[in-house]
Amino acid sequence: MKLTLRVWRQKNAGAEGAMSTYEVDGISSDMSFLEMLDVLNERLILAGEDPVAFDHDCREGICGACSLVINGDAHGPERTTTCQLHMRSFQDGDTIDIEPWRASAFPVIKDLVVDRSAFDRIIQAGGYVTAPTGSAPEAHATPVPKADADFAFEHAECIGCGACVAACPNGAAMLFTSAKVNHLNVLPQGAPERETRVLDMVAQMDAEGFGGCTLTGECATACPKGIPLVSITGMNKEWLRAARKVGKR
Amino acid sequence: MTDYVNYPTGAPVTDAKAPSGPVHERWDKRRFEAKLVNPANRRKHTIIVVGTGLAGGSAGATLAEQGYHVVQFCYQDSPRRAHSIAAQGGINAAKNYRNDGDSIHRLFYDTVKGGDFRARESNVHRLAQISVEIIDQCVAQGVPFAREYGGLLDTRSFGGVQVSRTFYARGQTGQQLLLGAYQALSRQIAAGNVEMHPRTEMLDLIVVDGRARGIVARDLVTGRVDTYFADAVVLASGGYGNVFYLSTNAMNSNATAVWRAHRRGAYFANPCFTQIHPTCIPRTGDHQSKLTLMSESLRNDGRIWVPKAKGDNRPPNQIPEGERDYYLERIYPSFGNLVPRDIASRAAKNVCDEGRGVGPGGQGVYLDFADAIQRMGRKAVEAKYGNLFDMYQRITDEDPYEVPMRIYPAVHYTMGGLWVDYDLQTTIPGLFAIGEANFSDHGANRLGASALMQGLADGYFVLPATINDYLARNPRQEPVTTEHPDVQKVLAETEDRLNLLLSVDGDRTPDSFHREVGELMWEFCGMARTDAGLRKALERIPQIREEFWRRIKVPGTGEEFNQSLEKANRIVDYLELAELMCLDALHRAESCGGHFREESQTPDGEAARRDDAFGYAAAWEFTGTGEAPVLHKEDLVFEYVHPTQRSYA
Repeated sequence: MKLTLRVWRQKNAGAEGAMSTYEVDGISSDMSFLEMLDVLNERLILAGEDPVAFDHDCREGICGACSLVINGDAHGPERTTTCQLHMRSFQDGDTIDIEPWRASAFPVIKDLVVDRSAFDRIIQAGGYVTAPTGSAPEAHATPVPKADADFAFEHAECIGCGACVAACPNGAAMLFTSAKVNHLNVLPQGAPERETRVLDMVAQMDAEGFGGCTLTGECATACPKGIPLVSITGMNKEWLRAARKVGKR
Repeated sequence: MTDYVNYPTGAPVTDAKAPSGPVHERWDKRRFEAKLVNPANRRKHTIIVVGTGLAGGSAGATLAEQGYHVVQFCYQDSPRRAHSIAAQGGINAAKNYRNDGDSIHRLFYDTVKGGDFRARESNVHRLAQISVEIIDQCVAQGVPFAREYGGLLDTRSFGGVQVSRTFYARGQTGQQLLLGAYQALSRQIAAGNVEMHPRTEMLDLIVVDGRARGIVARDLVTGRVDTYFADAVVLASGGYGNVFYLSTNAMNSNATAVWRAHRRGAYFANPCFTQIHPTCIPRTGDHQSKLTLMSESLRNDGRIWVPKAKGDNRPPNQIPEGERDYYLERIYPSFGNLVPRDIASRAAKNVCDEGRGVGPGGQGVYLDFADAIQRMGRKAVEAKYGNLFDMYQRITDEDPYEVPMRIYPAVHYTMGGLWVDYDLQTTIPGLFAIGEANFSDHGANRLGASALMQGLADGYFVLPATINDYLARNPRQEPVTTEHPDVQKVLAETEDRLNLLLSVDGDRTPDSFHREVGELMWEFCGMARTDAGLRKALERIPQIREEFWRRIKVPGTGEEFNQSLEKANRIVDYLELAELMCLDALHRAESCGGHFREESQTPDGEAARRDDAFGYAAAWEFTGTGEAPVLHKEDLVFEYVHPTQRSYA
């Protein structure tokens, strides 16, 4: 196939960015979207131009590094990560817009690469169970009902890519934060820190400059791992419960 | 090349730290004999950890919990993205929850045998002992393992064993275990005990007065090359499978940290021991940038077959049962589809070489779930493997519930790595290597679900106990600063190398060289190796290296985010490591585990070991680029599991 790409180019965090247009030819429908960008970059290097910078690593949809807004959709038209999007989702002759995640809490580093360290700081605020190495009881000492284990797993699947933030008109990080809160709060191992976890993580989320949630649901639609929208409802419930219990807002 | 293959043999290398006595008492004995650092003194010690995968993440968190000051690095934008995250199938532990005859001794036995008798008994036994603690630790962290209706943990079986000892979290076990370690690390970052440097790549090791004292690293965002100092350095930077260009490793996984350490004096052991995983999605064309694994757990319920007749191009559902060859079940009736990885891979290669392969180019075999769907129902298959099936469909555009999957072997894991003693210390005092970066536990072949076990054993339990001993014996080391002449030298060499890469301004991209050396390695140092082929590769590699420095083109500057520069710099190291891998494969004129020399096979085509001549680990000492390295042998002694010809028939 032959495609026209309009790609966001931005030299560094401080520079102004703009869309640049490139033609690519000889694209096979079996290529992944990132392999298509590889083809473009090989050509740019040989032409003495700066290749397009983009984050990517595992290319199997699990590390969460890749992060492109394709034709206005986070990770593009299929419900998957950009690296698992294949060119068979496009037609010969298409024009494709490629942009970075857009959110004030995710500043652009270069071209399509953004800084998502705010997510790490949300986890650091409470997205863990305090269980220093060596202190663990025998694994079967506490059975966990299968339904709870499955619920925890469903939320633990989050890969921290940030598509939820990129898709949200408010740039909110509610789905990311709620996924971790729900994963740990439903488990008996997470119970001792249940209140502080949700309060501290939400406070950090707000401090990072993410927008407020108006439950538009774009996040859950964009999520490549299918974290459900009710995850946010669950976190709101946890937060209210914790706020009442701890006696502070 | 003639000089390079005429390597000298140096003094044997011995593991001075492994205690003697009954194998099951050795770890206790070592822990007791190892000196301790007073808790109040620990915060005075800085430890550098490179990498945040299962080994590095768990080590960083645990060392910080103990009170050490940890300075940690990863090239990814977040420690949560290390490639351990992509491990699918599970983690082994000798819990014997199934009451199916499992025990620590059996896990030890299976691992020594699975590794084809090229691993140390002491290390493997320790690994089996610690396996049970890992599960406890991970459950306490909130890792959502699969559970039964009664609320207890579920297990499944994996290749190379006959018990059900693999704990899993659907097809995302690596992700869940890594997030557990990442969260523990995050807690320590928040507490100020770990100073985390994401998007920062180690480019060299700083050795002062014969001890590892720090690293040179580049901030990948600003391009700034800086020095970092410590009392000990831990490499948890993973394996070197990306030498092959196409592998199941992440695109940016690389060998620079271990190779630079090797150049500074750390011996590199068994570099030719690489694992080719039998169940990967076949490549579709030249554009292929990486290969995707389908978890080995699929072999529990899927049946592997090819047509009996050569060149049978009918769609799989039109090939009647009687015209199919379920070759693993036929050749290995007792293990069937669950033979170890090296055996399954080679069998797939053999049937494809016979012209019975399926799919484009005949480079594939079927992995068929029709029987499983009939037996268990589609719903049960979906619950067990749903995400893997979805992934397969996304990549191939074929529905594995309807059409059998096509799979083919691909480079997946490297058993070789930096030589370490029982304490996981390399031949450079103060430099430790953990996880896939070391060579220690898997011998010539790793069993499924054992990489996660080893990474976490090293990081949570082994290293935090043994590094104390080193620090206690070297309590006050002279402070080192950037002005030190040895440091200046390393820094200058690093900057010169980067500047040279930027200044060649040739006509070939970094990827073109990576692909070229990778294809060469796959052809001559891949699933089957010969003396003649390896010599051919050894002749070609220095030529590629020479051409690289003449024709490489790296755009941009060093003072900015520059992914081409990162890539080119990693290829510099692949072009040297590839040579050592081929030499190691050439020198080891036997077949064992993942290393198959065509000259050394049994009449029925199985790997034939030569224990008398090669019952050792080969530890190589660097002497210069393209110069013959020195071979140091570590003799392997088997007191408990006596070497036999492996049989899975």
